[in-house]
Amino acid sequence: MSRAERKREDEQYRTWKGPYRPYDLIREASIAVGVVLAIVVVLTILFSSPDDAPTTIQSWSKAAPVDFVSVANAELDGSSATAGYGPPYNTNGQPQQILGIKPANWFGVTYPIDTAQDYVILPLMTMTSVPGLQNAVKTYTSASSSQQGKWTTAYDSALAKAKANSDGTVTVPGNTASFGPVATMMSALLADAQSGGLDGNLLTTKQFYQTDYTKILMFLQDDNGDNAAANGGNLPDSANPGYFFNRAQSENLLGDQWGMMNETGSWPGQVWLWLYTFWYQIKPFSTSANADILVMAVMGVLSLAFVLIPFIPVINRIPRWIPIYKLIWREHYRQA
Amino acid sequence: MSATTDRSARKNWTVELRKRAVAALPPEKLLPDGQPAYLSSWIYVFGVLSLASLVVLIGSGSILALKGPTWWHVTGIGHFFNSMHLWSVELFFFFMVIHLWGKYWMAAWRGGRKRTWITGAVTFLVAIPCALTGYVSQQNFDSQWISTQAKDAMNATGIGAFFNLLDFGQMYSYHIYLLPVAVVALVVGHVLLVRKHGIVPPFILDEHQPILAAAATDGAAAAPPAEAEAERPAAAEATDVPDGQPQPATEAETPPTGEPEPTG
Repeated sequence: MSRAERKREDEQYRTWKGPYRPYDLIREASIAVGVVLAIVVVLTILFSSPDDAPTTIQSWSKAAPVDFVSVANAELDGSSATAGYGPPYNTNGQPQQILGIKPANWFGVTYPIDTAQDYVILPLMTMTSVPGLQNAVKTYTSASSSQQGKWTTAYDSALAKAKANSDGTVTVPGNTASFGPVATMMSALLADAQSGGLDGNLLTTKQFYQTDYTKILMFLQDDNGDNAAANGGNLPDSANPGYFFNRAQSENLLGDQWGMMNETGSWPGQVWLWLYTFWYQIKPFSTSANADILVMAVMGVLSLAFVLIPFIPVINRIPRWIPIYKLIWREHYRQA
Repeated sequence: MSATTDRSARKNWTVELRKRAVAALPPEKLLPDGQPAYLSSWIYVFGVLSLASLVVLIGSGSILALKGPTWWHVTGIGHFFNSMHLWSVELFFFFMVIHLWGKYWMAAWRGGRKRTWITGAVTFLVAIPCALTGYVSQQNFDSQWISTQAKDAMNATGIGAFFNLLDFGQMYSYHIYLLPVAVVALVVGHVLLVRKHGIVPPFILDEHQPILAAAATDGAAAAPPAEAEAERPAAAEATDVPDGQPQPATEAETPPTGEPEPTG
């Protein structure tokens, strides 16, 4: 069929000139709402919905104190994922790129996070009643960065053999002098976290009301089990490394478990995200350092194509070539 | 009652808007009581089911919004409405996907209906972040994990600079106001376009194409489709079209903008 013929045919579809039959739009819509409401109520009664309590800094530090201290130490020495993330949190890392373009750089740092200050030093500076703590903080902050690195590295290496005690404290073996003030700082921070103080501290802003959980969630997501490895050590399994990560894994929420479209438990999640999630399962996306921006670019192109299907040659003719329409309108064709 | 004279009406924006609105969508077209005879498939149900799910979705969400984001965590009735909200969104997407597939296989953009397809497709795409902002507003472990995972895609594209999935307050605003307004506006536009242009008629079968071509060659490009011709006797014989219903148009009476049809 030529283009002109197709255009002529298209014009024929503009107005229906055939028979009509009685129809009650409002009645049909009302019945549909009633039916859907009934289905929803039945599904609600039968299956309810999940509501797993959130992980808090307190619950994490109590369940996995060595893991918490390991992550806190990574925040202090700048080796955590957040510390090296780049925009929009800081300038320490390179954002993802596509064809040399880094869109994250366009807007810069919009939610600034200094992991050492925000997660460790500033909270510790509020704990003025802990003996020796402020001196330890002062010793650390006034030391050179290379000296700070030596202390945190030594402490992190020793954490591989650390043990959690029954009272919630952590015993870190080794030459304690090599830890400098870090051991004192981490002990105090752990106690603060286990009391719930750090949860509040990370949420507190200059104003009374707040709803921004960026800092505390970034701290939690740094608990991915990689912090110790990043510093040259590995936490033993007894340290319960990656507490937050493991909890997600047990709920099938990780990226390689098609996590974004899953819900906790056995409930259906955002199944409509299957195509987004699909790309993360295959190469080159699954192994690329720029996976997120590549997937978003692919989905952007596909979404545009989806919207513009009527204008895309071949794609807009497939319904004509594969005669599913004969099934849909079988009654019409039979009568015609 | 109009206080506007014919002369002043030409400068009256309200009168002009009303004239255009009524011309585009006269009442019998906006709220039809007749539908083309070819609408006899279950696939047509999924459009109205999508709308019905949206109604239940907004209803359950409004109750949750009235009581605040904490309510559903601490009361049984709140949890019940949250569950309704979850299941209605699942149904909304389920029905919408079937509706979209159905419309694709009907090539529902034919005959000047491209904007109808586009508004439907954009509605689907806007509904995705609308749902995502709901998932990250739950204030439970699921929202913690989803927000920390999804933020990387937002940050990588630069969107994260002003669309922070880790900021509950911002996401809640997007979820209960900004994005639902966008979805509802798109749906209203989509339905009005459906009402204006009608449901797409069936494909003309291949065996009828030569007839069309011949008609065109004879200089009768505006001739009605062969199948409509075939339908016409049936229309003339139709006895179930009550008085006041839109009657099947004869060739000489072809309405300029189509006949009333259902939401589909």
